[in-house]
Amino acid sequence: MIDAVGLYKAYRLKKHRVDALNGVDLHVEPGEIFGVVGQSGAGKSTLLRSVNLLERPDAGTVRVAGEELTALRGGRLRAARRGIGMVHQHFALLSSRTVAGNVGFPLEVAGVDRARRRARVGELLELVGLGDKARAYPSQLSGGQKQRVGIARALASGPRVLLSDEATSALDPATTDSILALLRRLRDELGLTILLITHEMDVIKRICDSAAIMENGGFRESGRVLDLIGTPGSLLARSLFPLPAHHGPDTVHVTYPRSFDEPLMSELTRRFDVDVNILGGGVEEVAGQSVGRLSVDLRGERRGQALSYLSEHGLLVEEAGK
Amino acid sequence: MTTPADTLLLAAAAEDAGAWDAVVAFVRAWPAMWPSLWLGTLDTVYMVVWATVFSVLVGLPLGVLLVVTDRGGLLPAPPVRAVLSAVVNIGRSLPFIVLMVAVLTLTRFLVGTTLGPTAAIVPLSIGAIPFFARLVETSLREVDRGVVEAAHAMGTRRLTIVGKVMLPEAMPGLIAGLVMTVVTLISYSAMAGAIGGGGLGDLAIREGYQRFNDHYLWATVILLVVIVQAAQSLGDLLVRRLSRR
Repeated sequence: MIDAVGLYKAYRLKKHRVDALNGVDLHVEPGEIFGVVGQSGAGKSTLLRSVNLLERPDAGTVRVAGEELTALRGGRLRAARRGIGMVHQHFALLSSRTVAGNVGFPLEVAGVDRARRRARVGELLELVGLGDKARAYPSQLSGGQKQRVGIARALASGPRVLLSDEATSALDPATTDSILALLRRLRDELGLTILLITHEMDVIKRICDSAAIMENGGFRESGRVLDLIGTPGSLLARSLFPLPAHHGPDTVHVTYPRSFDEPLMSELTRRFDVDVNILGGGVEEVAGQSVGRLSVDLRGERRGQALSYLSEHGLLVEEAGK
Repeated sequence: MTTPADTLLLAAAAEDAGAWDAVVAFVRAWPAMWPSLWLGTLDTVYMVVWATVFSVLVGLPLGVLLVVTDRGGLLPAPPVRAVLSAVVNIGRSLPFIVLMVAVLTLTRFLVGTTLGPTAAIVPLSIGAIPFFARLVETSLREVDRGVVEAAHAMGTRRLTIVGKVMLPEAMPGLIAGLVMTVVTLISYSAMAGAIGGGGLGDLAIREGYQRFNDHYLWATVILLVVIVQAAQSLGDLLVRRLSRR
């Protein structure tokens, strides 16, 4: 649905040059929620703004739903942008307009008549659970409600793609949960494709099917979240499941890329006569799967065989101490 | 005929017999002064209203241009902005009394005379246009950049962004700027009196200063204060009703 190839963008800051995008390739499948994580200054924001050409990349092409946006200008680019919704970190609502006026704004711009606008705004507000707030002003709403208005506005012109620029970063944890749940529901109900950027690993864990880790204008790794977690040396796995830093020569990191019914650890001690000591770890719901990562000390004569046994069962085993 | 302002003066001066006599004399002189005071007030209002209209007609687009042609604006054109900004600064740097004299030729060309309230509208407008343009610029700069970006992302034309996003969002600030312009114009209009522009300023100079008639001086001060207060209160009311932040 979104195909960006070879994106390159440089800024000139005083004397030195900053490569905000350094040859990024991005592919987002239809109906997928794709998350880009990274620290501030990694280039996430530039990447997101390149998708709807709020920033025109110096090189590279962007295609959304098969249409090459980088080849468009003027009126045709504006028309294409109406097919891409965008949600903003600080909501970006018009303070001089009511909730209904804000949600109706993209329709007004697109020349939809008043009666059709009213009906559509009503539908959208119901969809995001704000049916009773149509006549309120943004200043009278909570952060979560403002973001719901932002989402309703982004959906007004019936886009197939939604871009989310740190949509939950200005919200408290409980509100973040409800907004993420809303985004997932909208994806399921409307078949939206969502590209989001965030600096919160939690967002990736909760709603993303695919993810990329961005650093210095490029992707360090990208792919389906579950695949990445099962990949040796994955930065994403390490970030999602921080393990204790200290480890001995016998410490291994064990990743469960899916939930297991078999009692693997007790099986291990019984079969191979090894001592297992759990140092830390966690189990979390990721992309609808229960995924875990443990740091364990494994000692005994038949340690090697025990590790092979775990690998054969589909666990990812990494020696931490060597 | 006693106005509330008179009552105040009366109360304040009640203890001092000399002052008391002066106040009584002032109140007694009021009916005789009133016809020319009333005409002066009308002339002042006439000059200020028309100068305000022209200031908005020219100053508003000028202020918008100053913002949109800036780096990172909707239509970046730094050379254009530099020229506009220089013109505005020239207008802002001239003291009004100098500007009035400097544009006499233009006034004669446009109005046919340099005397009277209609002629005064020309320098008043020229003085207030750059003033209002800078205030418009400041208000528009305070509009959240994120909102403008969001409008772009929704596929909005630039002219629509100015008309439906920037100006409505800046409205409370624009109204406050307009009130400030009106108040400045009232004080400018009094200066226009110095070179025969008519209005309350003219009265204060001719009757009060040149003929040593203190009563005219006090009366014009009172009327000018009342007009400024009225303009400010009306503006504050509008700003409060428009503010949704």
